Amino acid sequence: MTYAQPIKTAFVETLITLGDDHLILGHRLSEWCGHAPMLEEDLSLPNMALDLLGQANNLYSYAAELEGEGRSEDDIAFLRNARQYRNLLLVERPNGDFAHTVLRQLYFAAAMQPFWQATLNCSDERLNGFAGKAVKELATHIRHCGEWVIRLGDGTDESAQRMRKAVEELHIYTDELFQPNAAMRICVEAGLIADPAAQRDIWNTTIATIFKDAFLQVPEIAFPQQGGREGLHTEALGHLLSELQYMQRTYPGMTW
Amino acid sequence: MYSQGLIGSGSENEESEAFLARFQARIDAEEKIEPNDAMPLAYRKTLIRQIGQHAHSEIVGMLPEGNWITRAPTLRRKMALLAKVQDEGGHGLYLYSAAETLGVSREEMTEELLSGRAKYSSIFNYPTPTWADIGMIGWLVDGAAIMNQVPLCRCSFGPYARAMVRVCREESFHQRQGYEIVMTLAEGTDEQKEMAQDSLNRWWWPALMMFGPHDADSSNSDQSMLWKIKRFTNDELRQKFVDATVPQAEKIGLKIPDPDLKWNPEKNDGAGGYDFGALDWDEFWRVVKGGGPMNRDRIAARKAAWENGRWVREAALAHAAKREERAATAKVAAE
Repeated sequence: MTYAQPIKTAFVETLITLGDDHLILGHRLSEWCGHAPMLEEDLSLPNMALDLLGQANNLYSYAAELEGEGRSEDDIAFLRNARQYRNLLLVERPNGDFAHTVLRQLYFAAAMQPFWQATLNCSDERLNGFAGKAVKELATHIRHCGEWVIRLGDGTDESAQRMRKAVEELHIYTDELFQPNAAMRICVEAGLIADPAAQRDIWNTTIATIFKDAFLQVPEIAFPQQGGREGLHTEALGHLLSELQYMQRTYPGMTW
Repeated sequence: MYSQGLIGSGSENEESEAFLARFQARIDAEEKIEPNDAMPLAYRKTLIRQIGQHAHSEIVGMLPEGNWITRAPTLRRKMALLAKVQDEGGHGLYLYSAAETLGVSREEMTEELLSGRAKYSSIFNYPTPTWADIGMIGWLVDGAAIMNQVPLCRCSFGPYARAMVRVCREESFHQRQGYEIVMTLAEGTDEQKEMAQDSLNRWWWPALMMFGPHDADSSNSDQSMLWKIKRFTNDELRQKFVDATVPQAEKIGLKIPDPDLKWNPEKNDGAGGYDFGALDWDEFWRVVKGGGPMNRDRIAARKAAWENGRWVREAALAHAAKREERAATAKVAAE
């Protein structure tokens, strides 16, 4: 497909925005590999990370192609500064303990799964292909992480307390899941992506159902945190990028 | 904890000469020994030790490569490395399962690893300071592992042999992937070539040591050969590895760091092979005994994962018990 301006620029930016969510969250999950609480999770966490990194790769590759300015998917992934990343604050938050990690993943997947599901009805065939894959993958993330949230919330006193703490620390970042930036809103208008804001009810229901079994309360949030969609990040992102970009920055322009 | 199966099974076998002869006859006839078959206690213990060590090697082996997942240079390399390290975890899981058929639990084996009673492959006690090390581990370490493991597909103990078939298929893919990383560096800039050569210099000798002590100094070899747990001796496998790997290095213009390396047409019964220099056995034993550069860090990382994950494992058990209790209560209420 070809797109005229200003749709083209907005669509490229949107693909990069979505790619950033998947790359940064995939990076965070990959930090667990070899350090998980049990061997089964040493396999599951990388599985989810691979799903996310695969989507990031698809989204960036498509953005690079549409843009047509000679950038590769790796240039987009590795060669921008922190202010140029558009990922949600939620996905860059440090792993914390296992309770934080599974909750963060549940929050993200429970918003993105219906988003991709609704995007299947949009007009861009290539993006529909990515959406079809994501819908299935994220359904397994919701199931896997939702089961963990329940196990931990309804496990021991310690696990319940850790789970409550994770909710307290991460819930303030969830509002941003439903706040598209300007480029995304143009794409929603043009029928290229579903409206992230429209997924809130489904997300609320998913979270409420899981929290009920996990004996967790959905907290009232006085000051929701956002800014990632505009490139305003927490301090955690810079450190993540300094690892992610180490090779590309240290050895510029080489083939690996 | 050890299950009753292991504790009881050895003493149940009356290890008479007739029993041992019957067992050896089955081995000699290339019959597979299965978990419920009678077997000498020493055979069982040897396998538990070997399969346990092998499983631990896969798990500890996730660490040196895991060190580069967050810093891999491209998206493609990052995904391939993550998938590879995940495969190693999967191998650990099959191997623990194979060992469990002999009556030892995964928890027990893990405790043995963390306490230092069980060993793992010493190669993982070397660090991975550069990206080239990721290629080198795939090419040399997985390459050496394949030399060891392909014959294990024919091992006399069925569950181990079957686990090895899948493991070898994946290892062979890892080995090619590793070689491809090194080849890309060797075809790259001077800085990249230098990175590859430096890495080969550091990994070559430890890779040769992966085959274990010389046959004359290998305490477990003879009996394992007789039981067809092992099919080739340490020195035979080391020679095969050198003969296979030297041409691969030459092809991409890297130099094997051994001044004594030379082609010997007489070797391997006249088929030819490489003579190579003496291994530093002091270094080998130092690393085996805990004095390598990364022994402490590796065990510390495994201990931290185990200790930090304890509350998660406890919660999972507590939740399962609560569910069972609630289901039982609901059933009573319904009746």
